[in-house]
Amino acid sequence: MQRPTSFQMDGRLTEKRRLNDRYVLLIFQLPIPLTQVQAGQFVQVKVDGSPHTLLRRPISICLLPKPDELWLLVQEVGEGTTTLCALEPGAIVNMLLPLGTGFTAPSLPSTCLLVGGGVGVAPMLMLGQKLAEAGHQVVFLLGGRTSTDLVMQEHFARYGKVYVTTEDGSLGEKGFVTQHSLLNEPHFDAVYTCGPKPMMKAVATFAAQHDITCQVSLENLMACGIGACLCCVEDTVDGHVCTCTEGPVFNTKRLKW
Amino acid sequence: MVDQHIYLKGLTLRNPVMTASGTFGFGEEFTDYLDLARIGGIIVKGTTLRHREGNPYPRMAETASGMLNAVGLQNKGVDYFENDIYPRIRHFDTNILVNVSGSTVEDYVETAEHIQSLANIPGIELNISCPNVKQGGMAFGTTTGGAAAVVKAVRAVYHKHLMVKLSPNVTDITEIARAAEAEGADSVSLINTLLGMAINAETRRPKLSTVTGGLSGPCVKPVALRMVWQTAKAVSIPVIGLGGIMTAEDAIEFLLAGAAAIQVGTANFIDPGVTAKIADGIVAYCERQGVKAVRDLTGALVIDTPAPACPPISDCSLG
Ligand SMILES: Cc1cc2nc3c(=O)[nH]c(=O)nc-3n(C[C@H](O)[C@H](O)[C@H](O)COP(=O)(O)OP(=O)(O)OC[C@H]3O[C@@H](n4cnc5c(N)ncnc54)[C@H](O)[C@@H]3O)c2cc1C
Ligand SMILES: Cc1cc2nc3c(=O)[nH]c(=O)nc-3n(C[C@H](O)[C@H](O)[C@H](O)COP(=O)(O)O)c2cc1C
Ligand code: FES
Repeated sequence: MQRPTSFQMDGRLTEKRRLNDRYVLLIFQLPIPLTQVQAGQFVQVKVDGSPHTLLRRPISICLLPKPDELWLLVQEVGEGTTTLCALEPGAIVNMLLPLGTGFTAPSLPSTCLLVGGGVGVAPMLMLGQKLAEAGHQVVFLLGGRTSTDLVMQEHFARYGKVYVTTEDGSLGEKGFVTQHSLLNEPHFDAVYTCGPKPMMKAVATFAAQHDITCQVSLENLMACGIGACLCCVEDTVDGHVCTCTEGPVFNTKRLKW
Repeated sequence: MVDQHIYLKGLTLRNPVMTASGTFGFGEEFTDYLDLARIGGIIVKGTTLRHREGNPYPRMAETASGMLNAVGLQNKGVDYFENDIYPRIRHFDTNILVNVSGSTVEDYVETAEHIQSLANIPGIELNISCPNVKQGGMAFGTTTGGAAAVVKAVRAVYHKHLMVKLSPNVTDITEIARAAEAEGADSVSLINTLLGMAINAETRRPKLSTVTGGLSGPCVKPVALRMVWQTAKAVSIPVIGLGGIMTAEDAIEFLLAGAAAIQVGTANFIDPGVTAKIADGIVAYCERQGVKAVRDLTGALVIDTPAPACPPISDCSLG
């Protein structure tokens, strides 16, 4: 198997947009343009200046508007991500990228449902872009707890129709994504999802019930991100496989969900 | 020009920097980031006679300046290594050693015999931290008898470089090292991971599926350094030092404490090119200090006032 090439490089933070109290969009200028990136691939980010963050942090590629411009959508959950989100433009961040196996586009023109929850919306943006550019019909279904969780709506809207749910009903339909009325009459050829595990499992169940192929992006804990440590394994029909190389995107047929 | 060569029995390293088993895959995972011709050797993943699925997820927990792992020796077995992996890595321009693990003495012997037939594998590293299933799961490497039995049996069939990797989870690591030396080990490497544990207080659950796991990374360095120093004084075969090495300075500390060469583990996860930087840093140190050969650093620790040996506990005035 020929391994795809990835790089170790220093990205320079050029812009930072705080999107809500927990989400920050970080825009980096890369010294090496990336020409072969799949939606769903990720970056291993080194976090300096955070004494309790020894290991790199995996973050999905949110968008690559230009081959040398990288967008990362980061949610502050602990010391590592909080330190990243506190960086100011000009900061240099060491990264390994692009890593992992991303989403696979349908081979025939298709209607694709992209379901994102929480910060799991990040890879859905680039996926929507790639699918739309390839001529597929893109429908986003994005969920959050409350209206301010639903970030970057205007960017998603560029690539497809956007439906939303919030748990408190402050935007879109009230409830979880899997309760959205859009799913009552499913007319999708492919489903893609990234978000909290219970959400992804519910989406996978929905897809299975309607016999629609479904790809999910897992967020297993990682140490190396490059297939060396075997810490990130998912139990699949083929046994334990690394989510950092064979994933993070898996067809649900392969998972023991 | 600083001479960086390290000569071990049947094995010449171009420099003292090797990679630790389980942290460097089979080397091929790192070729995008590192020229393997820059390092002395790589020790590939723990290999067992038969396929092992390893432990369930989660297998990793980050700790203050370290990490716990509970991978459980996941590997596809020695036949798979021989037929599928070896052909891909045999031409790497560095020494490739295989880390051999087993649940019985017979497993170790059979695995070592397989690997002996591979021309481009000049040595094995025997991981004796594994539980001995025939002895109630007690690790071979935690008793002198267990260590001696497995080293003796493997030595009888294995004629290339035999490195024995010691577990730090023992009362006196020097005893185990001496037992390995007495049965014919060509070198000892230490330390393997320290047994540890982490708990998620919110959920009241352990962070690892196996509850306990092996601690590695910079937090273990002082313990590893102490054990290397003690072991180097106790045996006359070369000692390979590892445990928490992140920088050239860390590596030099191990050499000074008595290590003939070093291995880098967890640091590869943080910087996949770190080993070349460590090798360069050792050379720079030697140039700065006027040291002609890196091997001259081994055991060059200077202790000005030898500390008195610790008195037996009964003699201590604990007041
Ligand atoms: C392939 C992949 C892609 C990812 N993409 C993104 C992304 O685009 N944006 C983003 O914000 N985050 C993403 N994540 C999650 C991100 O890596 C973690 O949130 C981050 O590592 C947490 O680091 P920390 O130091 O802030 O938190 P820590 O202090 O390490 O942890 C804080 C809390 O978060 C939990 N946590 C840590 N890592 C994970 C994880 N991987 N999954 C679930 N819970 C976790 C911990 O258990 C703990 O409770 C991704 C993870 C993976 C594996
Ligand atoms: C994820 C992981 C997997 C490991 N697997 C093995 C193994 O298969 N065999 C072995 O002898 N040691 C294994 N080790 C131990 C390392 O080789 C090394 O002894 C230990 O991590 C201490 O060095 P470090 O602090 O530089 O990482 C593993 C360590 C880690 C972190
Ligand atoms: S994170 Fe190390 S193998 Fe996947």
